[in-house]
Amino acid sequence: MSAEPEQIDGGRRHFLLVATTVTGLAGAAATAVPFLASWKPSARAQALGAPVEQDISKLEPGAVLKVNWRGQAIYIVRRTPEMLATLATPEIVNRLRDPNSEESEQPEYTKNDTRALKPEYLVLVGVCTHLGCAPLDRFQPQDAELGADWPGGFYCPCHGSKFDLAGRVFKDVPAPTNLRVPPYRFMNDTLVQIGVDAEVA
Amino acid sequence: MSATMESQPARRGRMAALAEWADSRLGYSRFLKAHASEYYAPKNFNFWYYFGSLALLVLVIQIITGIFLTMNYKPSAEDAFASVEYIMRDVEWGWLIRYMHSTGASAFFVVVYLHMFRGLMYGSYKNPRELVWIFGMLIYLALMAEAFFGYLLPWGNMSYWGAQVIVSLFGAIPGIGESLVEWIRGDYYISDITLNRFFALHVVALPLALVFLVIAHILALHEVGSNNPDGIEIKKVKGPDGHPVDGIPFHPYYTVKDLVGTVVFLALFTSVIFFAPEMGGYFLEHANFEPANALQTPEHIAPVWYFTPFYAILRAVPNKLLGVVLMGLAVVAFVFLPWLDRAKVKSIRYRGWISKAFLIAFAISFIALGYLGLQPATTAYTNAARVFAVIYFAFFFLMPWYSAIDKTKPVPDRVTYHAH
Repeated sequence: MSAEPEQIDGGRRHFLLVATTVTGLAGAAATAVPFLASWKPSARAQALGAPVEQDISKLEPGAVLKVNWRGQAIYIVRRTPEMLATLATPEIVNRLRDPNSEESEQPEYTKNDTRALKPEYLVLVGVCTHLGCAPLDRFQPQDAELGADWPGGFYCPCHGSKFDLAGRVFKDVPAPTNLRVPPYRFMNDTLVQIGVDAEVA
Repeated sequence: MSATMESQPARRGRMAALAEWADSRLGYSRFLKAHASEYYAPKNFNFWYYFGSLALLVLVIQIITGIFLTMNYKPSAEDAFASVEYIMRDVEWGWLIRYMHSTGASAFFVVVYLHMFRGLMYGSYKNPRELVWIFGMLIYLALMAEAFFGYLLPWGNMSYWGAQVIVSLFGAIPGIGESLVEWIRGDYYISDITLNRFFALHVVALPLALVFLVIAHILALHEVGSNNPDGIEIKKVKGPDGHPVDGIPFHPYYTVKDLVGTVVFLALFTSVIFFAPEMGGYFLEHANFEPANALQTPEHIAPVWYFTPFYAILRAVPNKLLGVVLMGLAVVAFVFLPWLDRAKVKSIRYRGWISKAFLIAFAISFIALGYLGLQPATTAYTNAARVFAVIYFAFFFLMPWYSAIDKTKPVPDRVTYHAH
């Protein structure tokens, strides 16, 4: 550098400061991507989330079967005609938050009155839509704990959410929506596959 | 350097010479003076001023016991539960180290809650200590995260479902909620992958953050000086030596006082460790003595006691998103206290009855919510939780109003102090 007094070029300094900062931040942001993305489900986790099959030939009417799919319990309920008959009664429908499953998550082919491909078989994700607890099956009406007006359904012990026999949520409980229905299909009369959508004509 | 050497006596011990050699290269004596032997703290500290140093003590206990636990713990879904049992049964003194750590977690929240209540009583968050308060709140948030991540590690069934419930809270965020939950878990459910990353956060990331925040908290405190039960700035009245007349050096006066507090604390702490390490299910929950089971929720899910006030608020709201938002607000509301409080005096001693009533009502509702969060969600309990939640929030959101209109008493120029 020469000895003569230098003029500080403020504009140039400012430009270099901003350009360096922006470049540095862009580099830091780009570097953050691999670290953040490493938190997503890995290839192995995705592979382990493959569909599962379940034989339902031994499932009795009024009973529930629990299958593990992606670490979640899938409830398969074989509903009796009496159970199915309760679903459309006004005493129940008027107490539901989302009786027609408009706000809820389910495959299109189960968005119907019984929330099922075949009315007899109800297939649900056994994870409360509130905070992920496992709802208990309390199929008997007038349950001792749940009171005389309990019509039978699912009850979440964690925060008291209640669902009917189609997994539809009652009003005035913390859960916002009906229990989810997973993608599923019948491979034949006695074999259900969970994780694959049914082909509906 | 040479001037310092000449001023010293000619004959010095070897240790003293070594200490001076190090000090002239590190400057630690200046640091110790600034933060201990010449840090002037108000002379009227009372019982409530034990809990800051005790929190530091518990942090050290947690770090040391934690390091030794990681030597035998295995962070995998396959081995985690068994490795904790191994520590409890087969590792020499392993049970003691683990009970120190599990009791330490609860003790941490006990002293931190008392420490925070001290701040509420004496207005320690007010100007000029806003940053001290904010760093303190960040410590509290980091501590909550640390406790939550640590709670999954034993991989008991309550660990599992507690994590499931808390992670699901993020699912309430509209739009991105579900994918955010999947990103946090790294899987479609709480799995080995989740456990492994929670372990990394619990033993590396958050302890580092905590230590950094504690340093920032203390540096900010020492910059502005400590508050006291009278809420008076002692720096306003200085003696001819330039030190506050109402101040005494932190060392030796408060180090000795805190040593007494430490002895009493350790007596209580070890009593719990030896005689009631589970504390009747409040420190170690019974459902956590069976391994995690993804298909079976425990009959009754309740978080550990230190989260239950917020949990009760969550449950009291019959709307998922609003419940999550209000729960978060209940935690974060403390951060805004320096700006919500418009009183002219700091300490409760010189405030009027309205502020006193609100503080007492707040303390009662905090404890009541904590109790309700441990109970099943019956209608009566939920309604009670709603009432106490309203009081809880009223303390914060009505503060700009009641703190401004409340009649205050005149504040003395000097601290009130009675020699013993």
